[in-house]
Amino acid sequence: MPEHHDGTVKLVKRSEAFRRVSERGIMSSLIASAVFTTLITASIIGVLSYQSYKFFRLEEVSVVEFFTGFEWNPLLGSEKHFGIWPLISGTLMVTLIAMLVAIPLGLTTALYLSEYAPRKLRAALKPALEVLAGIPTVVYGFFALTVITPVLQGVCPGFEIYNVTSAGIAVGIMCLPIVCSISEDSLRAVPRSLREGAYGLGATRFDVSFKIVTPAALSGIIAASLLAIARAVGETMIVALAAGNLARLVWNPTEQGQTMTAYMVQIFLGDVSNFGAEYHSAYAVAAVLFAMTFIITYIGHLIRVRFREVYE
Amino acid sequence: MSLPADAVHRSLEARQRKSLLFHIFCAVLAMSSVLVLGALLVILIVQGLEYLDLGFLKGTPSRKPEKAGFMPAMWGSVWICAVCAFTALPIGVSTAIILEEFKPRHPVLRRLHAFMQLNISNLAGVPSIVYGIIGLTVFVNMLGLFGSFSDPALQIGDPYDDWYRFQIPFGRSALAGGLTLMLVILPIVIVSSVEALRAVPGSLRQGSLACGATKWQTIRRVVLPASIPGIMTGAILAMSRAIGEAAPILVIAGTIFILYRPDNLMSQFTAMPLQIYNWAGRPQEEFHAVAASGIIVLLVILLAFNALAVIIRHKLQKPLQ
Repeated sequence: MPEHHDGTVKLVKRSEAFRRVSERGIMSSLIASAVFTTLITASIIGVLSYQSYKFFRLEEVSVVEFFTGFEWNPLLGSEKHFGIWPLISGTLMVTLIAMLVAIPLGLTTALYLSEYAPRKLRAALKPALEVLAGIPTVVYGFFALTVITPVLQGVCPGFEIYNVTSAGIAVGIMCLPIVCSISEDSLRAVPRSLREGAYGLGATRFDVSFKIVTPAALSGIIAASLLAIARAVGETMIVALAAGNLARLVWNPTEQGQTMTAYMVQIFLGDVSNFGAEYHSAYAVAAVLFAMTFIITYIGHLIRVRFREVYE
Repeated sequence: MSLPADAVHRSLEARQRKSLLFHIFCAVLAMSSVLVLGALLVILIVQGLEYLDLGFLKGTPSRKPEKAGFMPAMWGSVWICAVCAFTALPIGVSTAIILEEFKPRHPVLRRLHAFMQLNISNLAGVPSIVYGIIGLTVFVNMLGLFGSFSDPALQIGDPYDDWYRFQIPFGRSALAGGLTLMLVILPIVIVSSVEALRAVPGSLRQGSLACGATKWQTIRRVVLPASIPGIMTGAILAMSRAIGEAAPILVIAGTIFILYRPDNLMSQFTAMPLQIYNWAGRPQEEFHAVAASGIIVLLVILLAFNALAVIIRHKLQKPLQ
């Protein structure tokens, strides 16, 4: 074997060895970035539970009162009370109103887009929904404050300047594209043969939409609604601008109420000392919020996996 | 036994009428989203054009609405979004590559793989203000392990002059804000990149592997170039989410009155959505108009980003089949 040929073989071997080492390096950096995403979850759970633990160890706080109490006044009054239900009631009220707007509107829009709409109208409606989905939430908050609230007050003078209805409607408009696009995807995933079978038996479009397509796509529709609920529960800027800052049990939708997210904004924007009970209470509220959205998201995931209708 | 013919006919007519009515009802409701969008834009333009001029773009926040400006907020957004893009893109794309290109066969590893996917879809559902609180604890204060941010354990460079100024903990700085935004958009980047990688046909990978390329060479020279348009589109849409995100930034930046643009990573900052929140939350009507001007600027920038994403999707995407 001539000498220079031998050298080439050596070079190839060395470059292969080098490649193997560098590929191993690249692999480990890829794995590191994947591990990073799990670290984020770990640090969310770690930070929230550690800080909540610190909060519950404070003298003026009791765990039982936190989870069962109906009075929340960490900033006012001589005696501080930390019972989270006023904040939860505010959150649920806003979410309820939002879903009353988003789910019927989103579902009918999705049904219209997938079953009825002529192609040209679809081409006009879809971008409008995409633009709505891309608008920052602070803009919706502004809209609630300067348009929805005055309109509500015009219709019914009993509405306060800050009220949960106005915030709820804005949150609903924000959630509408989520409900609509995900339910539309699952409506369109229903195979044509099912629809055509029904039309062949003499069904009208209405019958097909409600008796065939909607039941077949139900898991996707429920998953979409749950996702929207999770978004509404965690929505911050709209409620911070339009829902008010008074933590009390909310029954009357014309009054103001404070949500969990709005309370956090109040704490982190205000000049609260860094180590007082009220500062740490924000972490406990965040932990409750995180747990709520986690459970809702996870149920949505289970429904999607378990009840998916599979067609070939 | 059968129904008389005219009864069948009548019930058919009734059902068809019901269907038509529902069609109209659906169409009207579906138009409501367009209506809302239209109303929003009209209100913004009516209110916002009053203060929208060059002085607004160049000016700084002020007590007087006619003098109030958007400059520090715009530069703050540029800084935090730059930090966010330079961290979220590499981490997001690498995670997507691991998830999509290295699917393990071993049962334990497969469990791990499924867990990571579930974890990412869960992260996408975490409210952004929770990320803000995590950012405040981990980036701004660093859990209190390295002193407070006004009295940092490590400090490089002069606090006022040097561009390379750096400190640990990060404090209420543009760096901390950008990293927090990174946490918010990382799941979005990962999900869209995974979809872009999935759209690359398997035959391309197999062809490359058959020519003797290694797994990484295949990814680097075949799969990534083929999926770049999809990844870029997703990344731009994720960045437009980052630009408009206010809640986490609000927790990180606090309510300091900022009159200058940031000039290093450790500068205090404000951002466009935060400044809009600040103006919209004031009781005076005039400041609502200023907020509307800010929103117009923000929406124009977002629109430009979305247009860019559409252009990339149409121009760069070559048919791969």
